[in-house]
Amino acid sequence: MNTRIAYIASNTFREAVRDRVLYNLIAFALLLSGAAILVGQISIDIEKLVVINLGLTAVSLFGVVIAIFIGIGLVSKEIEKRTLYTVLSRPVRRWEFIVGKFFGLAGTLVVNTFFMAVGVFAALLYVSHKFVRADALILVALYFIVLEFLIVCSLSLLFSSFSTPLLSAVFAFSFFVVGSFAEDLRGFARMAHGVTRWLALGAAYLVPNFSALNVIGSIAHEQPVAAQLILQNTLYALFYAAMVLSAAVLVFERRNLK
Amino acid sequence: MAAIDIQGLEKTYMVGFWRKQPKCALHSLRLTVEQGEIFGFLGPNGAGKTTTLKLLMGLIFPTAGCARILGREWTDPEIKAQIGFLPEQPYFYDYLTAHELLEYYGQLSGVPAKNRKRRVEEVLRQVGLLEVRGVQLRKFSKGMLQRVGIAQAILHDPSLVFFDEPMSGLDPMGRREVRDLMEQLKLAGKTVFFSTHILSDAEALCDRVAIIHKGRLRGVGAVADLTSSVQGKVELIWQGTQVPASLKLLGVECHLTGDTVRAVVAENQQDAAIDALRRERLRLIAITPVRTSLEDYFVEKLRSAETTAGRTA
Repeated sequence: MNTRIAYIASNTFREAVRDRVLYNLIAFALLLSGAAILVGQISIDIEKLVVINLGLTAVSLFGVVIAIFIGIGLVSKEIEKRTLYTVLSRPVRRWEFIVGKFFGLAGTLVVNTFFMAVGVFAALLYVSHKFVRADALILVALYFIVLEFLIVCSLSLLFSSFSTPLLSAVFAFSFFVVGSFAEDLRGFARMAHGVTRWLALGAAYLVPNFSALNVIGSIAHEQPVAAQLILQNTLYALFYAAMVLSAAVLVFERRNLK
Repeated sequence: MAAIDIQGLEKTYMVGFWRKQPKCALHSLRLTVEQGEIFGFLGPNGAGKTTTLKLLMGLIFPTAGCARILGREWTDPEIKAQIGFLPEQPYFYDYLTAHELLEYYGQLSGVPAKNRKRRVEEVLRQVGLLEVRGVQLRKFSKGMLQRVGIAQAILHDPSLVFFDEPMSGLDPMGRREVRDLMEQLKLAGKTVFFSTHILSDAEALCDRVAIIHKGRLRGVGAVADLTSSVQGKVELIWQGTQVPASLKLLGVECHLTGDTVRAVVAENQQDAAIDALRRERLRLIAITPVRTSLEDYFVEKLRSAETTAGRTA
């Protein structure tokens, strides 16, 4: 990796850590340990199912919230506070700044996800007292969640590069919500006619397909994930994030800093 | 090769919400700054100084025109390795310490890793912040942040340094230190381009100055040339508190300060004024030709610009 990108990424990570972003792990740990103790007492035979569902959904939601709330400020805050002036007056290209910020935020989320994953496995061990081979599938779900974060990071950065933090948050959350129902939207488009069909189809392919990245339900039921889906999702997420990041770079390259 | 060669740089903003109107912040600026000089870019607030600096730094894009810096296109990112920039009222990542911030900027500027730590400490010492290098910037005062700003601008030993209002927020001692630093930079062969509206700083430091007002260049020249034109007046200072009646008759305005009197008279009245003082047996201390100060030149340029604008309107 270009060294300047690495420096910017590392500084972005440091900022997140010093702004106490990783404190969310405490809330996550409390939620999960509370849930594990509670389901252990009230459910019969489905403790594991509940812990996996709840744990992975929490990993995904906590991460998405962090990705959006940090991501929307990554560029706009630097412009607002004018910290960018002393960065861009150095031999740093604007695209390097955007890509560095992306990797910094993605790195923060990967570290955060790692600790949350440890929490999920700990809760699982607490309710089922041992690990089985099928539990390894949780790693696939976690991998898909990280792919989801990459897309959300890139979207937050794109909106941050031309909009205010508030609007960026609204846009990013809208994309996340609609993207979570992308399969339903595609189904609706297939049933619709005329202009509605084309509009729904356009929207369905424009928003990221988070439905395809959500395998939490099937993994909770110990259903295996096809290798082909892993490959497809990897390529899709990387391609989508790269496209959105390129759009962010295009916008930012032309932007006058106030 | 000029350090800075600006060719018709222009910036127009569209302002307004519904019906956007063009507002020209900088009108076709042409300016050359030679290597090794301290160049002052003077103008009142809102004159276009910061716009010019932001254009040169590539932070905003011009509507027209171009520039060359150290012989290369100003848009060439590599040229920035040889440039230092202190923005007006700088703000930095306040979660970092002064040392961490400079280390980070050193990395981005390509300062070799083996020299970086030594260089960071060197500039921190130079701006008087070595003792507080481990303190987070959120605990720094405005003056300390200005010093950090100066440190980051010179960290990578640039050939050309741009300072936007470098004295802002500094106490008299700090201002003196910055003036000394600029002189050291000049002695080391660096070019310093700084914007200010504090004319005494410019007069004390600059080899040449340019005056900008309402986005238009109003005058450029060597400080020595601009301030040496004799006004055809002399200043007389004598001891005592008495003003001879004949001097009053000449219509000379006198100012009493302590036990001396100061009067400015036209050159053709000089002999008559001295005779009047002798008759009254007053002790003459000094006779000095009155020269134009940079402030006089600045005010005159701004007034003539206002007059021209008034006539055009």
